[in-house]
Amino acid sequence: MGFFLETLFGGLMTGMLYSLIGLGFVLIFKASGVFNFAQGAMVLVAALSMARFAVWIPQWLGFNNLILANILAFMVSAVLMFMMAWCVERLVLRHLVNQEATALLMATLGIAYFLEGLGQLAFGASVYTINVGMPKEPAFILESMFEGGVLLNLEDLTAAVIAALLVASLALFFQVTATGRALRAVADDHQAAQSVGIPLNRIWVIVWTVAGVVALVAGIIWGSKFGVQFTLATATLRALPVVILGGLTSVPGAIIGGLIIGVGEKVSEVYIGPLVGGGIEIWFAYVLALVFLLFRPQGLFGEKIIDRV
Amino acid sequence: MTIPLRDRIGEVVLELEDISLAFGGVKALTDISFDVREHEIRAIIGPNGAGKSSMLNVINGVYTPQHGSITFAGERFNKMNPRRAAEMGVARTFQNLALFKGMSVLDNMMSGRNLRMTSGIFAQALRLGSAEREELKHREFVENLIDFLEIQAHRKTPVGRLPYGLQKRVDLGRALAMEPRLLLLDEPMAGMNIEEKQDMSRFILDVNDEFGTTIVLIEHDMGVVMDISDRVVVLDYGKKIGDGTPEQVRQNEAVISAYLGVAH
Repeated sequence: MGFFLETLFGGLMTGMLYSLIGLGFVLIFKASGVFNFAQGAMVLVAALSMARFAVWIPQWLGFNNLILANILAFMVSAVLMFMMAWCVERLVLRHLVNQEATALLMATLGIAYFLEGLGQLAFGASVYTINVGMPKEPAFILESMFEGGVLLNLEDLTAAVIAALLVASLALFFQVTATGRALRAVADDHQAAQSVGIPLNRIWVIVWTVAGVVALVAGIIWGSKFGVQFTLATATLRALPVVILGGLTSVPGAIIGGLIIGVGEKVSEVYIGPLVGGGIEIWFAYVLALVFLLFRPQGLFGEKIIDRV
Repeated sequence: MTIPLRDRIGEVVLELEDISLAFGGVKALTDISFDVREHEIRAIIGPNGAGKSSMLNVINGVYTPQHGSITFAGERFNKMNPRRAAEMGVARTFQNLALFKGMSVLDNMMSGRNLRMTSGIFAQALRLGSAEREELKHREFVENLIDFLEIQAHRKTPVGRLPYGLQKRVDLGRALAMEPRLLLLDEPMAGMNIEEKQDMSRFILDVNDEFGTTIVLIEHDMGVVMDISDRVVVLDYGKKIGDGTPEQVRQNEAVISAYLGVAH
């Protein structure tokens, strides 16, 4: 039982990371109706920027304080994501208003390659580490209930708390502020939003910035665990099944979808893996996504697609 | 029912000159000119495909005419865009309801106050006093509108769940929340039963009367139009075939033949 719980917790932690990346997809899809292939590249660029500026800034300013360096690097990276959002709107989205979804999709594919190239050009292509001072030592809980307790990775736990806070504050922002209301309005109906004078361009910049900051947080957590390198951009494609599972239009869907896939991967690897020779973790999510596409294509929480004949 | 023309109606506020609009080879509008005076209710009528909705979309800036100009509140434009129109005080409703379906009635109408919100995104996110006070002020305005439209009981309901007639009312409410100078109504009574039509007519007249809003409306139902409008423009196949008071239009030969067909 203790071992099962350990597996479960491990899965939840990875799943939380998937949720964060999935959240980035959902935010942009809701507001601009485009599936953003560049989300992975955004995570990569954000993580690269965080890793490099945390080293560069202390060098430039001549101080030696990890916390201050990380805070400054985070701020610089957030501003960088805002600039990226602004450029994407100004140079790409603005010219593709009312175009077919495929055109927009291809445009984000282009943005993805551009960002990957630019990121490595500016920050170098080596493997970097991000050290935000996450606790590395494991902790044991429930020792009274199981022999030896349940091993919990404190780093994962901290990350989960940060992610939960981020999601909660985003949800609050969307629900109670006037800007949040405007964002929801744009997500619901572009034409009507324009008719009441909601500026689509500004909303897109805000949404891409928010998605960029979410990518930044995901990149920091991921980078702090596994290091920052080019594969980060493709690794995020593993979050694709998350949004298929949860529904492309649902924020809670992205979170729950991420958790299901995280847990599913780990549990199936540990319990079914030995029977078929292992390696389940790699394809489990995709198979699950395929099953969902067959039986519930709108995902768990997505809007049902109704076609009138 | 309406107050006599000369007491209420003011100067020309919107003037359209020689508007022509084509989609590829299809001519939607050909050389259309007419004006709208302050505080009047102006109807655009015509058979299916006459170009009524296109006309509204030109005023609102959704379509850009190939030829012609729009003068609104003394400013002359060759093209409008929806955002500038909204900023200048043009609000509209939609024929096929374009409400924010997932949002509550209150939120839908609050979104109409968007242009009047001045506090910044960070002030809103941190709930600073100024942003809070602003939100309250707008909330009060919207609550009054909700009372006016008699939808108090539904203020927290997601609009997607409301019956059609009420959704139409929320659509009107969202446009009114903008405190528009010019209100464009695209078939406000389409698909309604008699009772709902009467309610809607009453609201349109009340809006015009109490807020002094200038209204341009498109309608299919001749009876309703003749009752509530001051002047009527008649379109057929993208051309203007009549313009005047409901009485004049009713007697216009071209209008009669467009609606009833010509004897050969």
